[in-house]
Amino acid sequence: MDRSVDEKRPSLTARARERRPLLLVVPAGLLLAAFLAYPLQGILRESFQRDGGIGLLVEDTYYLERGWFTLWQATVSAALTLLLAVPLAWLLACHAFPGKRTIEAVLMVPFVLPTIVVAVAFSALVGPSGVANDLLTRIPGIEEPPIRILNTVWAILLAHVFYNVAVAGRIIATGWRGLDSRVEESAAMLGAGPAARFFLITLPALRNSLLAAASLVFLFCFTSFGVVLILGGPQFGTLETEIYRESLFLFRLPVAGALALAQLVVTFAAIVINARLQQATPQRTEARSTTPWDRKSAALGAAILALLLLLTAAPMAALVERSFHGGDGYTLRYYTMLDDNVRGQALFVAPIEAVRNSVVFALATVAVALPVGTLAAIGSVRARSTLAEALVQLPLGVSSVTLGLGFLVTMDQPPLNLRESPALVVIAHSLIAVPFVTRTVSARLRSLDPRLRDAAAMLGAGPARTFFAVEAPLLKGAIGVAAVLSFATSMGEFGATLLIARPEYPTIPVAIFRYLGQPGALNYGQALAMSTVLMAVTGSTFFLAERLVRVRTGGVS
Amino acid sequence: MTGLSVRGATFRAGGREILSDVSLDVVPGETLALLGPSGCGKTTLLRIIAGLEAPSAGVVAFDDRDVSNSPPHRRGFGMMFQDHALFPHLDVGANVEFGLKRARWPEPRRRERVQELLDLVGLPGFERRRIDRLSGGERQRVALARALAPEPRLLMLDEPLASLDRSLRERLAGELREILGRLAIPAIYVTHDQAEAFALADRIAIMNSGRVTRVGRPSEVWEHPETEFVARFLGMGNVVSGEREPDGWVRTAFGRFGPVAGPAGPARLLLRPEGVTLVTAPGDGVAEGIAEAVAFGGERTTVTLTAGGQRVEFSLPSSAELPARGEPACVSVPQIQELAQ
Repeated sequence: MDRSVDEKRPSLTARARERRPLLLVVPAGLLLAAFLAYPLQGILRESFQRDGGIGLLVEDTYYLERGWFTLWQATVSAALTLLLAVPLAWLLACHAFPGKRTIEAVLMVPFVLPTIVVAVAFSALVGPSGVANDLLTRIPGIEEPPIRILNTVWAILLAHVFYNVAVAGRIIATGWRGLDSRVEESAAMLGAGPAARFFLITLPALRNSLLAAASLVFLFCFTSFGVVLILGGPQFGTLETEIYRESLFLFRLPVAGALALAQLVVTFAAIVINARLQQATPQRTEARSTTPWDRKSAALGAAILALLLLLTAAPMAALVERSFHGGDGYTLRYYTMLDDNVRGQALFVAPIEAVRNSVVFALATVAVALPVGTLAAIGSVRARSTLAEALVQLPLGVSSVTLGLGFLVTMDQPPLNLRESPALVVIAHSLIAVPFVTRTVSARLRSLDPRLRDAAAMLGAGPARTFFAVEAPLLKGAIGVAAVLSFATSMGEFGATLLIARPEYPTIPVAIFRYLGQPGALNYGQALAMSTVLMAVTGSTFFLAERLVRVRTGGVS
Repeated sequence: MTGLSVRGATFRAGGREILSDVSLDVVPGETLALLGPSGCGKTTLLRIIAGLEAPSAGVVAFDDRDVSNSPPHRRGFGMMFQDHALFPHLDVGANVEFGLKRARWPEPRRRERVQELLDLVGLPGFERRRIDRLSGGERQRVALARALAPEPRLLMLDEPLASLDRSLRERLAGELREILGRLAIPAIYVTHDQAEAFALADRIAIMNSGRVTRVGRPSEVWEHPETEFVARFLGMGNVVSGEREPDGWVRTAFGRFGPVAGPAGPARLLLRPEGVTLVTAPGDGVAEGIAEAVAFGGERTTVTLTAGGQRVEFSLPSSAELPARGEPACVSVPQIQELAQ
C-alpha cells in the first residue's frame, strides 16, 4: 500500500475544519464593510445632525405625505400585479401549451429591463405623441390625444405591473406546482366545482407563495426610482425620488439621510418577511402533472395569455417603433447621431461614449462581483452558515439611491477618497450584483448531492481538488447565469449611478435621463434610440442566461 | 497488518447520543456486516471510520496507527455510497479513473486499471457511457469499480443494494460476495437486511440505538441470538414470557417448555422456528392456542396462535391438516432458548 497516513499535517479538529470555508466569505465581507456599512454609518450620522434631519422629517407634513404615497403606490402595485400574476401562475403550473418555454421567457423580459427603459417605453406607448395616441387620433372625430395618463399615478402603476407580473407569476407557479393535486381531486369527489376548489382549496394553500410574491413586488415598487421619476413627473414623489431631489438639487443631506433611514426600516422588514415566507414554502421536486384543456379553460387561458403578451410586447414594440419615427416618417437619424458630440448638448461627451462606459463598467462589475459572490456562496454553503449567507444578501435591502447617497456623504474624504474615481461606479454596481451571484450559485450548490463531495474525498481528493474536479464543472451553468445577471444589472443600474457618476463618464441610463430632461424632439429621439439599444443588450443577455440554464450539464436530483 | 480497529467511538449531535462507545475490529480479508434497523447509527459509524464525520470521543486506527486526525482523502479507504453518488458530469471511465488520478497513477496503468475493473464488475466497453444513461444495476457496478480502482486499504459499502429492486438485489449480492471474497483487505458492509448480511459477511455486528449489541459469525448469531432484540431483528419473533418452575421447565400461556437451567422466577423464551410440526394433543414442548389467523403463502402457510394475550407465528407446510380460523391448534416446538431481556 503506497498511500500512508500523512502525519506531518497539523491535526485539525473537525469543528475547525467546518469553519475554515468561512474564509471564502471574507472578500464579500470586506466589500460590504467598506462600501455598505461605512456609507450607511455616514447617512446615519448625517441624519442626526442638529439642524434638520429626523427632526425636520416629522415636523413637515410634506414628508409624511410622501411616505404615505410611497406605501400606497407600492401596496396598490403589488395588489394589481397579483391580480394578473395568479392567472399566469395557473397557466404555468397547471397547463401545457405550445411554445410554453418561449412564452414564459418572453414574459420575463420586462423584469430584466432597466427601469429607465421601462419608463421610456411606456412614454413611447401612452405619451401624448406615443404610438397609442398616434393611432387613435387617426380615427376621424378624435382630434386631441385621448390617452392622458402620463404624469398620473396610473402610468406608475401600469409600469409596475408590467415590470413585476412575470416574476410574481413564477413565484406563485412554483408554489402551485408543489400542491398535491390529489387534494383538489378529493375535493372534486366531495362535490366541489372548479370555482369552489379554487377559492376553498387552492388559494388558501397558496397563501405563502402569494404573500412571498406580494412582499417582493412591494419591495421593488417601494424603492422604484426610474419609473416614478420619469412617468410620475414632479408631483408624484416617493421616498426614493425625494432622497434624490434633496441630495442633488436642494443639497439637504441631513433630510435625505433621514428619508433613507425611514426607507431602510420598511425595506428590511419586507425582506425579512419575504425570506421567512420563502423558507416556509415547501419545495417539492416532483412535477405536478398538467391538466388537459377543456373548451372553457382553453378560452380563458388564451385570453389571459393574449392580455399578458399584449401588456408585455406593446411597450417594447412602441419603444422600437418610436425610435425610428421622425416627425415626418421613419428615419435612422436618432441612431446615426449617437456618435456626434454636439456642443451644448445634454452630455459633455458623444452619446456613443456612454455605451462604451456602460460596457466597460459592466465588464468590470462582472470581474469583481463574480469571484466575490461565488466565493461567498461556496464558503457559506460549505460552512452551513445561514448568518454569512444572510449577510451577503444585505445590499438587497438598500435602495440604489440610498447607496448613492451613502457614497456621496462618505467617499469624498479619507480614508476612502474615491469621489473622482470611476471605480466608485463599479463598486456600487458590484455591491448590487453580489447578492444575485451568491443566490444563484448557492442554490445550485445546495442542489448537488452532498455525497459527491464525500465520494471525491474517499477517492483521495482534498477540498481544493474536489472543488475543481467535481463541483466547478457542475456549477459552470450557474456561474454563467450569475455572470450574465451581474452584467445586465450593471448595464441597467440607474439610481446609484445618477448620484455618483462623474459628468465625463455617463452610462447609458444616465445619458437617457439627461436627454429626457432636454427639450426638443431630437433629444427625445436620442433617448428612445439609446433605450432601444439598452433593451436589446439586456434582453439578449437574459435569453443567453435562459439558454445557459437549459444546457447546463448533469442535472442531479 | 492488523486491519481496522475502532475504540470507544461516540457521536453526539443536537444533544442526542447517536453512537455510544462502539468498539470493533475488522481484519484483512474479512467482511464485517453492520446490521441494524434504520436510525441505529450504522451509517454514522461508517462515516466516522471514513473520516467524513468526526467522533465526539474515540479512536479510529488502521494497522495500529491512529488515523483519527487524518482527513478522509488521506486515509486511503474506499467507500461505496448508498445511491452510488457517481459524478454526473463524468463518463463511466472517468468516474473509475478519478481516484487513480488523485493517487497519481501513470496514464497507461490508469487505462489498464479502468479496463480491469470494468471487466471485474461485468461492464467491459462501458468507458464512454454517460452516467444518466445507466440502469440502477449498472450504476451500482460502476460505483463498486470506482471504489476499488485505487486499491483502498479498507472498503466500506453503505447499503449498496438498497435502491435496487428485489431480483436484481439478489443477483448482485451473489456477485458482490464473490468479489469481496477475492479481496485481501478488510471490508465493512452496512445493511438493514439480515438476508444480505448473512449472504455476504464473514462476521456480523448487530447495532441497536447507537450500540453494538452482538458480534459473531452469521451462523453463531443465528443459533444464539442471546437477546430479544437480536432474535426479533433476525426475524424470530416468537418470544414469550413465563415462569420457571423448580424442575427447570418454564410455564407459559402456550404450555410448558424446557428444561432451561436457571433460578426459579420469570423468564423470556424464544420458540425457534426450526422443525415445528402440527400435533393433535397438547403436552410439554407443545404450544397450544387459538388459530387467530391462517395465511396461505405458497409452499408454507403461516399460522398465528394466541393464548393469554400473547401471539406466536409458525410457518408450517401447506400440505398439513391446517387448523381453521378460530379453532384451537397445537404445534410442537423442538427448539427453545432463553433470552436476556
